[in-house]
Amino acid sequence: MPSKLLQKHARIAERFQRMAAMGAIAVGPTNEQILSPTRAIINGRETVLAGTNNYMGITFEEDCIAAGKRALDEFGTGTTGSRIANGSYAPHKELEEELAGMLGRKHCIVFTTGYQANLGMIAGLAGPRDTVFLDADSHSSIYDGCTLSGAKLVRFRHNNADDLDKRLSRMDPDEEGGKLVVVEGIYSMLGDRAPLDEFVEVKKKHGFELLVDEAHSFGVLGPNGRGLADEAGLESDCDYVVGTFSKSVGAIGGFGAGDDEMFDMIRYASRPYMFTASPSPASVATSIAAVKKLRAEPQRRERLAANSARLHAGFKDLGLQLGCEEVSPVIAVTCPDEVSTIAMWNALLNAGVYVNIALPPGTPSNVCLLRCSVSAAHTNDDIDLIVELFGKVVATGVHLAKSA
Amino acid sequence: MDDNDQSIFEAITELLAPFNSDNVELKPETDIARELNIDSVAVMDFVMEVEDKFDIDIPLNVLSETHTITDLMNVVKERTKA
Repeated sequence: MPSKLLQKHARIAERFQRMAAMGAIAVGPTNEQILSPTRAIINGRETVLAGTNNYMGITFEEDCIAAGKRALDEFGTGTTGSRIANGSYAPHKELEEELAGMLGRKHCIVFTTGYQANLGMIAGLAGPRDTVFLDADSHSSIYDGCTLSGAKLVRFRHNNADDLDKRLSRMDPDEEGGKLVVVEGIYSMLGDRAPLDEFVEVKKKHGFELLVDEAHSFGVLGPNGRGLADEAGLESDCDYVVGTFSKSVGAIGGFGAGDDEMFDMIRYASRPYMFTASPSPASVATSIAAVKKLRAEPQRRERLAANSARLHAGFKDLGLQLGCEEVSPVIAVTCPDEVSTIAMWNALLNAGVYVNIALPPGTPSNVCLLRCSVSAAHTNDDIDLIVELFGKVVATGVHLAKSA
Repeated sequence: MDDNDQSIFEAITELLAPFNSDNVELKPETDIARELNIDSVAVMDFVMEVEDKFDIDIPLNVLSETHTITDLMNVVKERTKA
């Protein structure tokens, strides 16, 4: 008899067992070896990785690895505490300066994970007297940051500036707290971008502070790789930017940045910054080297854009239904139902390609998705192989499921 | 239930219909998420429809204390008063 506390997860267990019975371990297969940013050994065979968010293909760069090894030698394996209690390590500050420089922001705070960056920033900015307006399709870390903040939470329809406008208009004009609006540069499931220009118009009308989570767009979008706000030319209208090191930077950690004179007080007010160990020296050191690379090598972004366009066009030619018409490195194929999606995911893995499976409630509008994330390190042959296998497995599978 | 309650109840059940795929009988004491077996995102999507129907805000914070249709009717009544 399982524990009384764990019994509430019986439905999750059923769903997991149903998946496992189909031979799929879609919720987390084991990479026995990682050979490169785009290759791993899974189930004993070499597999093309197309679901890793390793957008810049930066996880095996010699200089990044050397920087990490040097930091291990010089600073040890871990920091054994938070920066408030144990103090900062020089590389923490160096990384913050490097990021502030890249982003053109006055201040930057590094967090231990990307998840904590959203928790720490949102809970550091908003409090119980404030109101946070969040996009309906926001990442869980945004929802959790909102909950932690204790602020009043109002959800607006995904990417819908008119809906935000309507909800801001409903607010009691006498409410004295601040207003924070949170949007994402690229939404992780469908790959669509926030219509930032429209949100900025609403901002001019109502007056609020705007936070853009560039988790999937930092390093990826914009002439300087600073994200959607850079691409849209609207950085001065965005008060705060959040990002992660676990995607384009190829490490682990996250950051928040802004220009306000009191920005640094978040360090002393935000629990996800204060009450957790600071990021490990090796991870910080590889992040510094990687951010320098993102700044110095715009050709990575160009390569990523070309690869993304190639995969997007290949899927369109197959007649697949995609999550988003606009090209981004997140390219998701909409599938008919959970059972067929699991079966197709499994067939793709057996054929040698790893993609992400995304199922409700982790997806918007209850869709089932086979989600690819493109890397600058993919070759044209890799992209063509992915298209070929989706043609064999998914185009046929979708057709069969629909006619069943 | 007075006429006002009845009309709120009817509006809520109408909005709830698309989320009620198992065709559970909807009564004032029905626990929306548990009895209809709908996930947290669907609950939030449904509440958004209720907000628009009555032109009110129902902050997400309120939802943790809102379980049954009666609970939700009380929230609607409270927030349409002003």
